[in-house]
Amino acid sequence: MTRQMTGAEMVIQALIDQGVDTIFGYPGGAVLPIFDELFQQEEVRHILVRHEQGAGHAAEGYARSTGKVGVALATSGPGATNMVTALTDALLDSIPMVCITGQVPTTLIGTDAFQEADTVGITRPCTKHNWLVRRIEDLPAILHEAFRIATTGRPGPVLVDIPKNIQFQMGTYDNCKDKALTQYHPAVKGSDAAIREAVELMAAAKKPILYTGGGVINSGPKAVALLRDLVKMTGFPITSTLMGLGAYPASGKNWLGMLGMHGTYEANLAMHDCDVMVCIGARFDDRITGRIDAFSPKSKKIHIDIDPSSINKNVVVDLPIVGDVGSVLEDIIAAWNARKPVQDKAAHAAWWKQIDGWRAKKCLAYRPSAEAIMPQYAIERLHALTAGRDTYITTEVGQHQMWAAQYFGFEEPNRFMTSGGLGTMGYGLPAAIGTQLAHPGALVIDIAGDASIQMNIQELSTAVQHNAPVKAFILNNQYMGMVRQWQQLLHGNRLSHSYVDSQPDFVRLAEAYGAVGIRCSKPADLDDAIEEMIRIDRPVLFDCHVVSLANCFPMIPSGKAHNEMLLGTDVSDEEIETAIGAAGKVLV
Amino acid sequence: MMIVAGQSQSAYFLEEELPSTERSHTLSVLVDNEPGVLARVVGLFSGRGYNIESLTVSEIEHSSHMSRITIVTTGRPPVISQIMHQLGRLVPVHKVVNLTWAGDALERELALVKVSGRGEIRDEALRLAQAFNARIVDATLDSYVFEITGAPADIDRFVGLMKDCGLVELARTGLAALARGKAGI
Repeated sequence: MTRQMTGAEMVIQALIDQGVDTIFGYPGGAVLPIFDELFQQEEVRHILVRHEQGAGHAAEGYARSTGKVGVALATSGPGATNMVTALTDALLDSIPMVCITGQVPTTLIGTDAFQEADTVGITRPCTKHNWLVRRIEDLPAILHEAFRIATTGRPGPVLVDIPKNIQFQMGTYDNCKDKALTQYHPAVKGSDAAIREAVELMAAAKKPILYTGGGVINSGPKAVALLRDLVKMTGFPITSTLMGLGAYPASGKNWLGMLGMHGTYEANLAMHDCDVMVCIGARFDDRITGRIDAFSPKSKKIHIDIDPSSINKNVVVDLPIVGDVGSVLEDIIAAWNARKPVQDKAAHAAWWKQIDGWRAKKCLAYRPSAEAIMPQYAIERLHALTAGRDTYITTEVGQHQMWAAQYFGFEEPNRFMTSGGLGTMGYGLPAAIGTQLAHPGALVIDIAGDASIQMNIQELSTAVQHNAPVKAFILNNQYMGMVRQWQQLLHGNRLSHSYVDSQPDFVRLAEAYGAVGIRCSKPADLDDAIEEMIRIDRPVLFDCHVVSLANCFPMIPSGKAHNEMLLGTDVSDEEIETAIGAAGKVLV
Repeated sequence: MMIVAGQSQSAYFLEEELPSTERSHTLSVLVDNEPGVLARVVGLFSGRGYNIESLTVSEIEHSSHMSRITIVTTGRPPVISQIMHQLGRLVPVHKVVNLTWAGDALERELALVKVSGRGEIRDEALRLAQAFNARIVDATLDSYVFEITGAPADIDRFVGLMKDCGLVELARTGLAALARGKAGI
């Protein structure tokens, strides 16, 4: 069915045809025709943010908590450049996102017109694909293709730049939702031979481990269910990256905790000592591997990934399987059931005994305090007091983020929204707003730090305007804690510019925005304060004063291997300051 | 090794038994001829720290808007393989073929070479041009412009000799390359 309409109407119509109910944006000269169309309809809800970066992260939070595409809308020039951080964030974390930007009229492109920027040029390296629409005839197909590309294969952000005259121009709209404009069709099904070989390797494993990542969650609920079946079927221990938390429940008996730089002792040592590693939808990132030439030296590595360029990029694997996690796991389970392998029970029992020995180290233990709130304790209490509720957690970036990953047990996927690859401070509050608007009745908490929260604090106003009762739970230690920790590790504890002087009064700041402020600095008051925060059906800034110099442990220092971890309770300041050698100092 | 958009690209079957030394590789990349496609390819190389020794791009099929990009790059096989996979995941890329791994590909380049001088040096330039099958495409009383087509190494040799024969300037097209035999890309 085709209809005549303007380019701006086509944008709205395409959103409706794609099933989009909520978009996040900020108006400006070059998108006024689209905002005028938004004004004249009721099917698509527009959430007005306070900064375009906030729109991008809110769209990401919406996408990650629903599995649907997040949509952001911004004007030309500064509107588009403000979006760059969010696009890069979505690219590194493989989040499906469609960003629509206005552009100066085609007749002005290249003249340094007011609010002109080369948006497709600037965003080319930070999107999966992008287009500048030069002809109204191309617009409908490009809009629909943007959604297809954002969601197919390895998901990612896609940008459509639409000059203002194209938005006004009349053209023929065709709902080409299911037609492909480009030849982009990534393979979904893994090779049968590779899957058979994977089953052989897994069946013969004596010290196996499953190392899972965000790809499991991106693949969808079916992949998550299959992963849980796979664990039950094989009895393998399982660990996950930051991005994959919740795919396997933290309360599950095979769960080893997160792995990597701030992962658990048992997860990292099991990775180091295993004989068969099954990497499922993860990408051997440097935060996971530590020193690459000492990474899991004795194992056969199987790598399941939908992106062929992830294979052998950082770590050479023995058996790559290119395909969608859901499809490949289904085939592996079917092949396993058909073969009915006999596993080496004695070897598995010995392996679990070894793992239990590592678990007995209690690597997440910390020295409790009756006078001051330990940050780890604050997360533990937050977890305990929100258990059983419909809770979604977002974070900013830094120590609080790692403590959230370590001490908040995630039982389900799509419940933990955090900036993993890019490490974007300022992600959490707008992402929480996007999450809350997708799940109106849920409890959405941004676990934040006092430095990160100030990077997009203006979005508190968005939360108030749109009745999004998000809670920003700030672990306030008056420092950029992770920067301070690294200065202690690497730079003789010279705390160059990591102390946040002249901090705002977060309680009064919340009140100034029309939100609610809560402050707590005593462990004895913490439970009541958290309960109060949960009860309030409005946005809350919770200023939780924690001890100022706590370090985030356990830790694999830069340039070290998985079996060279620093543990929290038995490490001295001197050990911390000499933990990283000269080679590790240049690493990030 | 060939990467085709939409086909299973399991490295499992394709990347065994490769030589392990660093060398120059010629990649043929079939792409949609759309605005920005060259910037995508070039940006990928600069952004990920790969080098480009030579790059040629031209539309090869007007009706289907297809272009062929021929890239010469250097690296060890795992790096070359990573480059090919990175190229393969760009949306407008249809196919990536490593002509070096395919073996003994035809590689040709065209150069225009301007020399100036009189007397013995001018005669020497002309004799060498004849020996290399270079054509005279412009001549004045004290200059020549030669057109030479050949493998890059032949052109290097010819240009090297012309340096002693009054070389003024040089323009090279970059590489055009095809696999031998009846099969197409």
